[in-house]
Amino acid sequence: MKNAIGTVFKFGDNVDTDVIIPARYLNSSDPAELATHCMEDIDKDFVKNVKKGDIIVATKNFGCGSSREHAPIAIKAAGVSCVIAETFARIFYRNSINIGLPIVECPEAAKGIDAGDQVEVNFDTGVITNLTKGTTFQGQAFPEFMQKIIAAEGLVNYINNK
Amino acid sequence: MGMTMTQKILAHAAGLDKVVAGQLIEANLDLVLGNDITSPVAIKEMDKMKVNGVFDKDKIALVPDHFVPNKDIKSAEHCKCVREFARRNEITNYFEVGEMGIEHALLPEKGLTVAGDVIIGADSHTCTYGALGAFSTGVGSTDMAAGMATGKAWFKVPSAIKFVLTGKPSKWVSGKDVILHIIGMIGVDGALYKSMEFVGDGIANLSMDDRFTIANMAIEAGGKNGIFPVDALAESYMKEHSNRKYTIYEADEDAEYDETYTIDLSQLRPTVSFPHLPENTHTIDEIHEMDDIKIDQVVIGSCTNGRLDDLRIAAEILKGRKVQKGLRCIVIPATQKIYLQAMEEGLLRTFIEAGAVVSTPTCGPCLGGYMGILAEGERCVSTTNRNFVGRMGHVTSEIYLASPAVAAASAILGKIGCPCELA
Repeated sequence: MKNAIGTVFKFGDNVDTDVIIPARYLNSSDPAELATHCMEDIDKDFVKNVKKGDIIVATKNFGCGSSREHAPIAIKAAGVSCVIAETFARIFYRNSINIGLPIVECPEAAKGIDAGDQVEVNFDTGVITNLTKGTTFQGQAFPEFMQKIIAAEGLVNYINNK
Repeated sequence: MGMTMTQKILAHAAGLDKVVAGQLIEANLDLVLGNDITSPVAIKEMDKMKVNGVFDKDKIALVPDHFVPNKDIKSAEHCKCVREFARRNEITNYFEVGEMGIEHALLPEKGLTVAGDVIIGADSHTCTYGALGAFSTGVGSTDMAAGMATGKAWFKVPSAIKFVLTGKPSKWVSGKDVILHIIGMIGVDGALYKSMEFVGDGIANLSMDDRFTIANMAIEAGGKNGIFPVDALAESYMKEHSNRKYTIYEADEDAEYDETYTIDLSQLRPTVSFPHLPENTHTIDEIHEMDDIKIDQVVIGSCTNGRLDDLRIAAEILKGRKVQKGLRCIVIPATQKIYLQAMEEGLLRTFIEAGAVVSTPTCGPCLGGYMGILAEGERCVSTTNRNFVGRMGHVTSEIYLASPAVAAASAILGKIGCPCELA
């Protein structure tokens, strides 16, 4: 899998799926439309500022709350290449893998990376490099089958390709 | 080392004699559930799969409940997509407006969930059915699609936290207070990836509706599932509502738990979660020490607290009293059957005479969809399950999660309070 490289948007604990994509927009399931409201209730300028390839870093329990797959879909469609967090809520974790959004659990990186830092993530090794600060962290590498799901852009393509 | 109740159910569904925490398994599913928000995404994904229809038309439940009756054109399109999929695939358990209800109240009532089942639902509150001794957990739309196509899902076998419930709750303390107390104690990620296993002689003092409420909010502690042992009450519920065969699993004596908490139900007090996390709990006694918290709206309903017990207790408090002038009180029976029973028992008359409105079953206000959206700075006491930023409307609005008793009393008082404050 190709490395992710981008500028970091930093968030705190318990970022819930209601702030990632508020339910008032769930009358749509179009990724491009969902992306225009991504993180709107926690950072109204996020969509304006995020560029393709950028990275979200958060502390504990990212993606808690509802099972809406629209949340990782909105993040991915907004151009985010990877989410790093101390921990993820379990349904969000499953959903991200299933739609092909790479996410990495790494408590040390979540603490050692600030907003605006340039960060590179190697998915084969799990190594996260903070290019701005010159520090590295060992995140959990994906098992092979999860890498294949993400590389196939999600579970459905992965099943079809088998 | 023995297995927990959850582990035993999963082992059986995976065709294994034994599983251990952390093991990846593939399990056969007894039911796959989706609603009008999550199913359209699942249907789109399933259309991309190279499969011929669903694995079993009797083992899929499609319940449009979030934005129905359709709140706008886009919602109507979503519901149409689900309806046409159900028709095309001859789905037995598709519930149209008029026969539907909020999914997690409806499915047990229809007898579709019984002890020993393995259930996935593309809705986080699918964990509700653990009240009947089933393993049930929320997933996303792609997992739902794979489940509908194959009848299987992969799981990482969870470790467990044991909650030993003892004693009898006092008047005005319900299942909602029990689960809010627990979430306040362990935090919104206190049970992350784990099963929450409830045991103890205190369970005998909890009604089925109390247990549904407790299991329903396991996800609010990050739990994979919440589960209760199957006792005589649960068995009689299943016999009354279902003709399906159920299987009772019990945890082994030497099952391993990451943590064990003992909770004396008699010591619990009416509990309220303050904005913006369910773990920000305060007892009613602590609230009495604070300045009055004036409120603009009360919602009594949802998959957490829209059942008959909930409506009965709210009506008991509202009977002969009036909702505070200038406050909106919205009551939402969770299913058509509950609605009808509430009507026959005179509960709806009580609500209307008190100045509340009564809605058709919908998830509407709980997730800020419609039927009770909050304006800037408004406060709501709600029997729902989440008080996140902007959940019920404007980002500066505030949600206080509480039991139906506290919600009803607050509607009369115009501030957060408990029934004991009413003359």
